[in-house]
Amino acid sequence: MPQQRIRNFSIIAHIDHGKSTLADRILELTHAVSKREMREQVLDSMDLERERGITIKAQAVRVEWKGHQLNLIDTPGHVDFTYEVSRSLQACEGALLVVDAAQGTQAQTLANAYLAIENDLEIVPLVNKIDLPQADPDAASREIADLIGDTPDHVLRISAKTGIGVEDVLDAVVERIPPPNGDPDAPARALIFDSSYDEYRGVVAFVRVVDGSFSTREPLRAMALGTRFEAQELGFFAPTRTDSRTLTAGEVGYVITGLKDVSKLRVGDTLTSERRPASEPVPGYKDVKPMVFAGLFPTDSDDYPELRDALEKLKLNDAALFYEPETSQALGFGFRCGFLGLLHMEIVRERLEREFDLDLLVTAPNVAYRVKPPNQEAWREVHTPSDLPDEIEEVEEPYIKASIIVPKEFVGAVMELNNDRRGRFDHLEYLSEERVHLTYELPLAEIVLDYYDQLKSRTRGYASFDYDLVGFRPGKLVRVDVLVGGEPVDALSLIVHRDFAYERGRALVERLREEIPRQMFDVPIQAAIGSRVIARETVKARRKDVLSKCYGGDISRKRKLLEKQKAGKKRMKQVGMVEVPQEAFLAVLNLNGDRK
Amino acid sequence: MSGARHLYVHLPFCAHRCGYCDFVTLVDRVDQHDAYATALVAELALERDVLAQQLETVFVGGGTPTFTEPHALARVLESLPPANEVTVEANPETVTPELAALLRSHGVNRVSLGAQTFRAHLLAALERRADADTIRRAVGVLRTAGFDNVSLDLIYGIPGQSVADLDADLDDALALTPEHISAYELEAKPGTRFTYSHGEELQRQADAMETYFEHVVDRLTGAGYRWYETANFCRRSGDRDLRSRHNLGYWHGRDYLGIGIGAVSTLGERRWRNAPRLASYIAALAAGEAPPREHEPLSHDVKRRERVMLGLRLDEPLELSGVRAALDVAALARMRTLGLAELVHDAGAGDAVRLTPRGRLLGGGVTAELLT
Repeated sequence: MPQQRIRNFSIIAHIDHGKSTLADRILELTHAVSKREMREQVLDSMDLERERGITIKAQAVRVEWKGHQLNLIDTPGHVDFTYEVSRSLQACEGALLVVDAAQGTQAQTLANAYLAIENDLEIVPLVNKIDLPQADPDAASREIADLIGDTPDHVLRISAKTGIGVEDVLDAVVERIPPPNGDPDAPARALIFDSSYDEYRGVVAFVRVVDGSFSTREPLRAMALGTRFEAQELGFFAPTRTDSRTLTAGEVGYVITGLKDVSKLRVGDTLTSERRPASEPVPGYKDVKPMVFAGLFPTDSDDYPELRDALEKLKLNDAALFYEPETSQALGFGFRCGFLGLLHMEIVRERLEREFDLDLLVTAPNVAYRVKPPNQEAWREVHTPSDLPDEIEEVEEPYIKASIIVPKEFVGAVMELNNDRRGRFDHLEYLSEERVHLTYELPLAEIVLDYYDQLKSRTRGYASFDYDLVGFRPGKLVRVDVLVGGEPVDALSLIVHRDFAYERGRALVERLREEIPRQMFDVPIQAAIGSRVIARETVKARRKDVLSKCYGGDISRKRKLLEKQKAGKKRMKQVGMVEVPQEAFLAVLNLNGDRK
Repeated sequence: MSGARHLYVHLPFCAHRCGYCDFVTLVDRVDQHDAYATALVAELALERDVLAQQLETVFVGGGTPTFTEPHALARVLESLPPANEVTVEANPETVTPELAALLRSHGVNRVSLGAQTFRAHLLAALERRADADTIRRAVGVLRTAGFDNVSLDLIYGIPGQSVADLDADLDDALALTPEHISAYELEAKPGTRFTYSHGEELQRQADAMETYFEHVVDRLTGAGYRWYETANFCRRSGDRDLRSRHNLGYWHGRDYLGIGIGAVSTLGERRWRNAPRLASYIAALAAGEAPPREHEPLSHDVKRRERVMLGLRLDEPLELSGVRAALDVAALARMRTLGLAELVHDAGAGDAVRLTPRGRLLGGGVTAELLT
């Protein structure tokens, strides 16, 4: 197909503004899927995505419209996958920006619109859900036009649900979005914007051919990682897999690589042909690093091999997931896992529990820290609080730029929350008379526990939130250790800002005093920075633990009670002489809830 | 095997079921007392072979054995084999000169009196029918009849009980100079009427009982009593050993035969419990058959574990020979470090283990630690 007749585009929207419904309607209208066959939202394949209304894995679908080849590239809908979204957008020349006619512009609308502008995409703005009684298409059109510097009459008004205006959308794709303009005769280059793993065929790469062309059996190379393989099959999805043997400049499709390791082919990398390699890759490749870490431990230590197998399988489809074995004196054998963000963590954990039927204990998440020990040049990364050395010259933590949109009456509440979380005010802007856009810089560590919940509850659910990592910044951070019965408990260590150390240490030991049952001796619980104790509580020794009556008639029953008591002890984790229930290790998780 | 030397006889009848009680009891049923006595005598005859010729102890418990129709009670007592210690449980309000005489004339030489408490409001909470004067009068009647071995049962942790109440109970009990005192914490079983109506107060008492137990031990040992078992105390009196010989049989892991509904027997590696149903019990024995029973085989391992569980309740050391396999050596070292258990070296008897006084207060937890 000549490039003039190709249009590559994405749909971008805030969550629940109707992206998937619009995609379904487009497929239906172009007869890619008959109505009868149509499973709702065919682009979202996994159950979990359907349930959460989030698309995790991008896919590309080719449809025909009035003699043109349209490639619809679906993008992940969440902040944790910003990099993947940006790569998907890089594969397009245009984007449909969808805004809910009732809700107007939201935080992800802004984030996605900015990403699209950064990638020089032609934006086709549209207001969706105009059939809703509470819809205000005029206001929404004004907001969206202001946002992208367009005029309100240029904004399409549709209802993806009923189909109103969807044909106009397809016409606008053809008319407004420019065709690709790669060089069909140049050395072949293709941008990998997504990948997945097939049990039988190995890694499948989703690509946008920029220059030249690719064909089956051709030896290929991923330019950034240097991975070499042969294209076993080339084709596109319409929406089922169609083997096309070649992919040419401007086209979007898949490459079956036969590679058995998903980490060998990373999103953002460039494929080229070994026969006539390109000299420069497509710009923009980044090695995405996990920023949020948590320990995953099987509740029953016998499940450790199952957990390892499950993580291996998940990793095949999720190059961003990081894991390494970890042992905790308190929780036994498990894994330290790294995630792009909180949602990513939540998804991995749910998949492990749901698809692999594992019972997990997840420790409080923490962020990655960069540490420079004294008299050393090299920085090193710390993923576990207990690994933070006692002696440090400098320590840095990741910061984000938070973008929050709220009705104006909640501005005060949001500012208060952000100030409590070490936030630095950046910018305030009225989007309309009613709604305000605030930006703040915050340490990522301050949002990993309960920031979303707090934001929602303080704004009665009206706030929308998005963030972008802005890099590492130095912080006055200290490691707070917890000692139970004089023994340090690795799983309970935390890294906090010096100004909050006392307060957090105090709250933690108080919570632990409630969680740790009384023992046969006094158990001191201490929070300490280095050797300096900053908080202390004592679980007082029991003074009586015996059944008073035991005669011939109830020896069996008393024996069984004793055996039950014994079994109860076995379920506890032994810290020195102290028996600690597993729940106590989750105490850190609930601490933030106590914060004002 | 020369046979079991301990016999338990269960007389389940009561005038009233107290709210906290979870024993096998039957209210009233006066018309059945005679038939039950007949069945008891029949079961004893049926199992006579497992008993030794000369018994060490007989314990007649209930229910309220002394509520049983005198005629039926006499028939049961008459049928008992001779024994050194014959105990009968009694409620104070049932103790009359006639009853005392009946017991004396049938070889009963020890009476265990269910006093529970001397405070009127606490007796009411327990739904007991006696008052403090009834208890004192009952002891007097027994003394007059010649009983020189009387035990009082006390209960602490009763809804509404204060430390002052407990002290007053101990004063009143000590004033009667009983040979033996059993002091139990109130065990409110989930699901009983009692637990239902006293829920919150019981929770408060559960916290208070931590210190009550220690207090009871301090007061009674201070008054010269020997704390020989977790809940049992006896007067030190010259060369007389006033411990309950019958209950020591249980705590020493000896064989015993139990007859009557709900009664448990342990003979070597066999343990059984008679079904707690009156009608089927009477019917089976009338037909010359053993009553319906639930059997529980006891492995060597289980026997050893029970031996540890029971033996560590006593103030005398538990010999290690025979129970070593049930003990966790590392845990023993830990408990010794914590001052909860101690080893006793005796050239003659061999090594033994004993819980310290504080270890005995925490006996359940310590035993759970020590068992493998």
